[in-house]
Amino acid sequence: MVKRRWQDIAIGLVVPVVAIAIWQWVASMGWVNENILPSPLQVWRKWVAYLLPLQDFATWREANGGGGKLAWMVSGELITDALGSLYRVVVGFLVGAGLALPIGLSMGASRVAYAWLNPLFQLLRPIPPIAYIPLSILWFGLGNPPAIFLIALGAFFPVLMNTIAGVRQVDGIYLRAARNLGASGPTMFLRVILPAAVPYILTGMRIGIGTAFIVVIVSEMIAVNNGLGFRILEAREYFWSDKIIAGMITIGLLGLAIDAGMNKLNNYLLRWHRGLEH
Amino acid sequence: MTAHIVIDNVSKVFDGDGRRMVALQDISLEIPHGQFVCLLGPSGCGKSTLLNAIAGFAPPTSGRVLADGVPVAGPGPERGMVFQEYALFPWMTVEQNVGFGLEIKGMARAQIAARVGELLKLLSLEDFAKRYPKDLSGGMRQRVAIARVLALDSPILLMDEPFGALDALTRRNLQDELLRLWAELKKTVIFVTHSIEEAIYLADRIVVMTYRPGTIKRDILVDLPRLRDPAAPEFNALKRELGLMVMEEQQRHHDAEIKAAAVD
Repeated sequence: MVKRRWQDIAIGLVVPVVAIAIWQWVASMGWVNENILPSPLQVWRKWVAYLLPLQDFATWREANGGGGKLAWMVSGELITDALGSLYRVVVGFLVGAGLALPIGLSMGASRVAYAWLNPLFQLLRPIPPIAYIPLSILWFGLGNPPAIFLIALGAFFPVLMNTIAGVRQVDGIYLRAARNLGASGPTMFLRVILPAAVPYILTGMRIGIGTAFIVVIVSEMIAVNNGLGFRILEAREYFWSDKIIAGMITIGLLGLAIDAGMNKLNNYLLRWHRGLEH
Repeated sequence: MTAHIVIDNVSKVFDGDGRRMVALQDISLEIPHGQFVCLLGPSGCGKSTLLNAIAGFAPPTSGRVLADGVPVAGPGPERGMVFQEYALFPWMTVEQNVGFGLEIKGMARAQIAARVGELLKLLSLEDFAKRYPKDLSGGMRQRVAIARVLALDSPILLMDEPFGALDALTRRNLQDELLRLWAELKKTVIFVTHSIEEAIYLADRIVVMTYRPGTIKRDILVDLPRLRDPAAPEFNALKRELGLMVMEEQQRHHDAEIKAAAVD
């Protein structure tokens, strides 16, 4: 088993390594302007510089009026940016999913709620969150609020649609069995319908957090002055293509980490589910 | 003693896109306390429809069902149902499934745990208490479903082809288990099956139903001593007699299907 896993990892590394090698080779041959395409080595150096603190410990302490070694170690620009982006994703997602979940549950369970709300949501759903950017700035100004608004909007619809579908697809046999056992009202909803809908809801959340992650980068390019999206746009102004690529790779890594975390949560919450092997 | 379950002139008609289908026509039955009744017939004879009417899932179009003299108005824990598809809640462990009905009743946690423990022992499920249904075989799942219904301590047990999806050996095993429980707990059982042998093996009384409209073709008492031997001559004589009756209905089912296909 263990051997197998290492083998898989090794195989998975082959293509990226070859791609980087070709990239390095092309760059070192001098065929392209290094401002257009810097070499991987250059990007790596930039990434490390971006990760490490800007100042040495003593200067940093003086500038900040004290602080521990650990705080200094995470004072690098990349870490501040990554945390800033992550914060916006998490808050925006919680707001969006937090609104979508109760609305989706009631729309899935009640025909009346569905009839009242569905037309409005169907109209709003195709409007991409990016189209709200002008309005969001008018309404919320600059800084985190418009970004969080846009992210919440991006996370809202996938969670909503999947929650509605999840409640509607609950197998009638579970409802019959539960009614036979005497379940009704809140017990039926919380102990039978909701858990039966969880696989759908989690799928919606996974899509929703993916959308949130796309929206955060875009919104940082417009309304905020830190975060990974802001940083790669800023780097463009200075023609720092190595920093642009370093920022993009960080976005990729962060996205991967979020998805891996969601996957873990998924596996835990759905440990009863037939389709999963773990 | 009055009958435990009275089925009084029950009819059930399904109306769908202009077609009218009479699933049950004027069914009347009286089932005394503690009787093990099998409803036997080919698919489409309305035996499950009748069971659903007794369970309260689908009320009859006309006529009524009485349980303990009270008209059935909806499903309830006094008429526990075991489904062919097990219908265990996959997000609950075995013990949570078995305890769910008691939880709904509002029983105290400690009492539930004790009762669930007893039931798991009764059905040899102790080692599976913390497992999820997906980790169990079909036979084990159906044991859990039976334990879940027994937890309610309902005087009436309704079983809709509960062993239909199991292999022959597991099936016999669970049939014996069911007979043991029935003798011990003295429940009234209504058991739907299309297996003639299963009906003879289990029942005090076999009600053979006709294919559309569903009516009672024959209502016979089986007075062979238990445990019954499926190889015994009396068993086989009964099997032959019932077999002819059921095959007649099966043939009508078959002809109707051919005719329907020709019309479409």
